[in-house]
Amino acid sequence: MQSTMQKLRQLNLSQYVVYIGFLLIFLFFAVTLGNDGFLTQRNLTNIILQTAPITIMAIGLVFVLAAGEIDLSFGSIVAVAALSSAVVLGEYPLFVGVLAGLGVGLAIGFFNGILVAYLRLPSFLVTLATMGLFAGVARSMTNLRSVPVLNESFVNMFGSGALFGVPSLVLWTIGAVALGHFVFRETKFGAHVLATGDNARAAQVTGIKVPHIRVWVLTICGGLAGLAGLLYAGRLQAARYTLGESDLMTVIAAVIIGGTALKGGKGTIIGALVGSLMMGMLNNGLILMGLSVSDQMIVRGVIILIAVAISLRDVNN
Amino acid sequence: MDLSNNQAADVLQLKNIHKAFGGVVAIEDFSLNLKAGEIVALVGDNGAGKSTLIKIVSGVHAPTSGTIAIDGQQTSFKDATEARASGIEVVYQDLALADEQAVYMNMFLGREKTKGPFGQLDRKGMVQETEQLVKELDVRIPSAKTTIRNLSGGQRQGVAIARATHWATKLVLLDEPTAALGVAETAKVEENVAALKERNLAVLIISHSLDQVFRLSDRICVLRRGQQIGVRETAKTDKNEIVSMITGV
Repeated sequence: MQSTMQKLRQLNLSQYVVYIGFLLIFLFFAVTLGNDGFLTQRNLTNIILQTAPITIMAIGLVFVLAAGEIDLSFGSIVAVAALSSAVVLGEYPLFVGVLAGLGVGLAIGFFNGILVAYLRLPSFLVTLATMGLFAGVARSMTNLRSVPVLNESFVNMFGSGALFGVPSLVLWTIGAVALGHFVFRETKFGAHVLATGDNARAAQVTGIKVPHIRVWVLTICGGLAGLAGLLYAGRLQAARYTLGESDLMTVIAAVIIGGTALKGGKGTIIGALVGSLMMGMLNNGLILMGLSVSDQMIVRGVIILIAVAISLRDVNN
Repeated sequence: MDLSNNQAADVLQLKNIHKAFGGVVAIEDFSLNLKAGEIVALVGDNGAGKSTLIKIVSGVHAPTSGTIAIDGQQTSFKDATEARASGIEVVYQDLALADEQAVYMNMFLGREKTKGPFGQLDRKGMVQETEQLVKELDVRIPSAKTTIRNLSGGQRQGVAIARATHWATKLVLLDEPTAALGVAETAKVEENVAALKERNLAVLIISHSLDQVFRLSDRICVLRRGQQIGVRETAKTDKNEIVSMITGV
């Protein structure tokens, strides 16, 4: 009996928190909101569609956190990328607009990365600054006006379209998760990201180019935030400076609950996906329960707090 | 200087190495040759310049003047990566292992085996090689898949030495490999170091424990405040002589 307890304690609880939490929250809403439409196929699909940008951002953040850095600026990148894309699409064809959005995301991420890797400024401060900086840029780009996206193929591709009956947002999610998981888990680059976050000096002395890794992860995160911006713009058929503004806490929570270590060296893309879906489900359920926006924020905050506390419990030990 | 015809070219030749950081002289005039299968201990008080010397040989610092030759070929390493490419491995006092990663990933850190068209990690291959190696070196760890965090200090140092053994083709540098270990663990690590000699590698080891130095080394090189005081054959000297060389009393 005691040995069972010991084994239970040795089990790395943080790895499973996200799956247990996901199930518990799902069951809770299924029981309490079963008659209010929570379980309808339409609502469940809706959760996945709404979560797509969150999942995409979460994948980028897994790379950054696993490398021992942090990015606070991705929410602002979402807005700048979405607006850039929307503005460019007004005059140019589809692929130019897509390139504009993704390019802006990659460029801002690269800028973050250069400051972190070569000036050795802490990523927390760099991205805190660029978060504010690019939130300002997003506001001034169009003087707070929202820009409609009228390009139909763009809307199909990043918003309401479907391929073989599968909504495009689901396809983007699956594609990004699959690719992200492969790169993170199966390639040398992924191994070097983990080593850098785990022990940068050890990585350095074994020949890993630590500064390059730091630039890469922040650039990847910026690029994926750009993609998330395109998805928002596609779904809403418009871009606005508020896009991504409130996603910072949600994405960080999704990633940490998913089992990625805040201090680096550990991470999982699949965990981040389930974490994102859990956050989306929570959002959806609380709205269906009829909670006011302020109550939703409070409940969500408390649940995130509990989940993060459990996730980090054995790390602190 | 061409020694390529010389069969018995030493693995490492340090000649008149001088190193200054700004105006501070760290190493005055250091010369030492190491043969394959030879263990030389570097001893001296704190600040004598031992670690600086290791950093020069491993390519971290460039000497201000003097020459380094590997197998008779004069070289100058731009960085640690170049030194590693020449077959020189370092075991650091503070390990340089990634704690959250498995033993096999640490063994291949920065030099991972890959397979397939997309460069996938060959985990199976790395695990197999690691398991074979730790068996050969008798490093007792639960499995190659164990996370470093779950190993004892001695086991970790065993992994670090196994890694150096695996990759070194010429020379292994050890910077106080047993400083943080208990008695039994130290004995185990010393066995691992002795095994390097059997593999015909040259070994340069820094140690503060004279007992250890006398157990392991073939020759002892004494440094004091950046000056090379002398080199003695371990069999032909004793602790008293070495202590007086270290302290200058």
